[in-house]
Amino acid sequence: MLAPATLNIDNIAQAFGVAIRQPARRIIVCAGTGCVAGGSLKVHKAFVDQIAAAGLDVVTELKDEDNASGGVLVSKSGCHGFCQAGPLITILPEGILYTGVKPEDVPEIVQTTLIDGQVVDRLLYVDPVTGLHGRSPHEITFYARQERSVLKESGHIDPEDIREYIYHGGYGAAKRAYTELTAQAVCEEILHSGLRGRGGGGFPTGRKWELTRVQPGEKKYVICNGDEGDPGAFMDRSVMEGNPHSVVEGMMIAARAIGANEGYIYVRAEYPLAVKRIRKAIEDATELGVLGEGLFGSDLNLSLHVMEGAGAFVCGEETALMASIEGKRGMPSPKPPFPAQSGLWGKPTVINNVETLATIPLILNMGAPEFRKLGTPNSPGTKTFALTGHVANTGLIEVPFGATLREIVYNIGGGVTDDNGKVTGTGFKAVQIGGPSGGCLTEEHLDLPLDYDSLRGAGAMVGSGGLVVMNKQSCMVNIARFFMQFTQNESCGKCVLCREGTKQMAALLDDVMEGRATEKTLDLLEKLAKAVQVGSLCGLGKTAPNPVLSTLRYFRAEYEAHVFQKRCPTGRCKALAMPEIHPELCKGCTLCARNCPVNAISGEKRQPHVIDTEVCIKCGACAAACKFSAITGV
Amino acid sequence: MALTEERSTRMVRKFERVCEILDRYDRDPAKLIPILQAVQDDYRYLPEEVLTYIATALGLPPARLYGVATFYAHFALEPKGKYIVRLCDGTACHVKKSIPILEALRAKLGLDADTKTTPDMLFTVETVSCLGACGLAPAVVINDDVHGKMTPDAAVSLVEDIIASEEGQQC
Repeated sequence: MLAPATLNIDNIAQAFGVAIRQPARRIIVCAGTGCVAGGSLKVHKAFVDQIAAAGLDVVTELKDEDNASGGVLVSKSGCHGFCQAGPLITILPEGILYTGVKPEDVPEIVQTTLIDGQVVDRLLYVDPVTGLHGRSPHEITFYARQERSVLKESGHIDPEDIREYIYHGGYGAAKRAYTELTAQAVCEEILHSGLRGRGGGGFPTGRKWELTRVQPGEKKYVICNGDEGDPGAFMDRSVMEGNPHSVVEGMMIAARAIGANEGYIYVRAEYPLAVKRIRKAIEDATELGVLGEGLFGSDLNLSLHVMEGAGAFVCGEETALMASIEGKRGMPSPKPPFPAQSGLWGKPTVINNVETLATIPLILNMGAPEFRKLGTPNSPGTKTFALTGHVANTGLIEVPFGATLREIVYNIGGGVTDDNGKVTGTGFKAVQIGGPSGGCLTEEHLDLPLDYDSLRGAGAMVGSGGLVVMNKQSCMVNIARFFMQFTQNESCGKCVLCREGTKQMAALLDDVMEGRATEKTLDLLEKLAKAVQVGSLCGLGKTAPNPVLSTLRYFRAEYEAHVFQKRCPTGRCKALAMPEIHPELCKGCTLCARNCPVNAISGEKRQPHVIDTEVCIKCGACAAACKFSAITGV
Repeated sequence: MALTEERSTRMVRKFERVCEILDRYDRDPAKLIPILQAVQDDYRYLPEEVLTYIATALGLPPARLYGVATFYAHFALEPKGKYIVRLCDGTACHVKKSIPILEALRAKLGLDADTKTTPDMLFTVETVSCLGACGLAPAVVINDDVHGKMTPDAAVSLVEDIIASEEGQQC
């Protein structure tokens, strides 16, 4: 172990650089949550076993000396972002990317690629539109159209090896902040970069830091908000799993800027792997002397703690998060005072989101002017989005601000899919952006450059960056109801309008979906939505009505069909379903009648059948069973 | 026989283990949430008598503990099954039809929205907002194992496999 005074990150980088060049090849097995779920750890083990069985040298841990020269290094990485195609395997130096690798594929890869130097074609990614094989990430549109800076090292480096992070320039920015720059200079650099908080609010990070820096007092705190609770978002999880040291380094720089000597990383308990990697990153950094006392030879100290959340979405709100760290119910408190003035245990505190903090070292390394070259003038830099839903390529992506939805959905995402997962040219209906606080964007927004301000203008928000694509079979009332249920469950109960208002809004949406709505329902819904916005203290309540308001704004006709014609245009709303057997298509095979659990279908063999709608419970078993697509409306 | 013995030893050691946990966190009221998490890891839920014991040990009103324990979704005041089946109903899973999976699992195990645990204490079925495995939607997590790209049939067969292996162990 190195004592802090002798810590020399250049030496560590150099030693690692020598060590990493020893093995002739490197196999990187993705060990992010998605790939682990697909069995990537078994694949990792299979590689170690099979390579040894083939008589080659296997290296699983790089030591500074005595590495088998010419052997094969088998390492794990964090999330590549392309979870859907997992488990993913990268082979260096060729840069071959294999997708959907199973342990039984490993012997073939060892023989064909490692020994014979050929590519296993059947494991390459196949483009869902062109049908072409992609040999490396550069040949795969999903990756090729992205601009990865925060995620650059995720999926390549071993997230559990601090030396590899240092080898790629890691902790160099922190060193500069502690040895060459003043606290004020750090704040100014971040302010000039124009970096805005990636957690959803979009507040300028440099300003937040400066406000905290100028507060008097010895004790200040820095907090990393990793309580990524938005359903449909997993950017922060991927960063924490894939490159945890970038978050730690970002926190070190934030601490330097505001004068904090203690910090917390608050991680959702639903992310066990992220918790593990962050804990290890802090332990390793402390052991190496990167964290602790006398940082980089200065007289400054920093200790970091990990706090696991306990399952409350509202804790993503900064004042609620601090209450949670203090061991209380996670309920927001009114601002002012802002955390910069009185935060954790009443001390000045800076809270930044994971992605924001991971961006900080990049800015110090490249300089503010260079950072501003990406993105738009008001929203510089890149943003990660979790692209999911009805799209061919789902996963984690990073694009500069100003990219259009069309680029994301059709190029990176590979196009919209139908319910069976096939790409269709005409399936696009909407994108839900920003989770329960955000809104829907429609076809008319496909060419809108995405940034904080343009989205707000369209009634949505960047939020934390969840992008859920929906095809034409998705019912927008159902989606609005889904989010209302979510915010109602997660409302902490402090403000009446958030607690009761969301409940009543959900009930009104039920009326719409179940055929009880009248002409007054939609007006009442809108009125109530506006009241909830005004009458709530924190962001959760203020933004809770957004999914309803934005779907009302863009899909009013769909609501009206439910209300006035008692019809769900997509057929998703069961209560409004009107199952019907088309006599011209029905062959009288009796399959539907045999599958009906309530005997609502009758008819003679080889004669068209009929459904008794009084008895029918609209379960859809008949339509699922029918081989002639003769049953519709359920 | 062996089971009863094990259980009675556990009862005796009940508060000893709480004390160990309390000491690990310096009996600091600010660390209440990590303490409750550790207790729940150990007991699988937060028994009432343990909650009151912690309250006394930390010098907090029991109501404060009850408030915290009921506020956070992760804390359970009732015992859960040996296998906790958590169905993700985040946005991505929802639009990829997670609810039919929930319905199939509940039908298979005779559960509903109010009854979440089977009488034999083998399964608890619950929904969670988002597991962050959206790329694999819809997802089901059984204890710590994530299963992606689920269908109602696949989820039911996971449960059937567990039942079969449990029955195998009993024979």
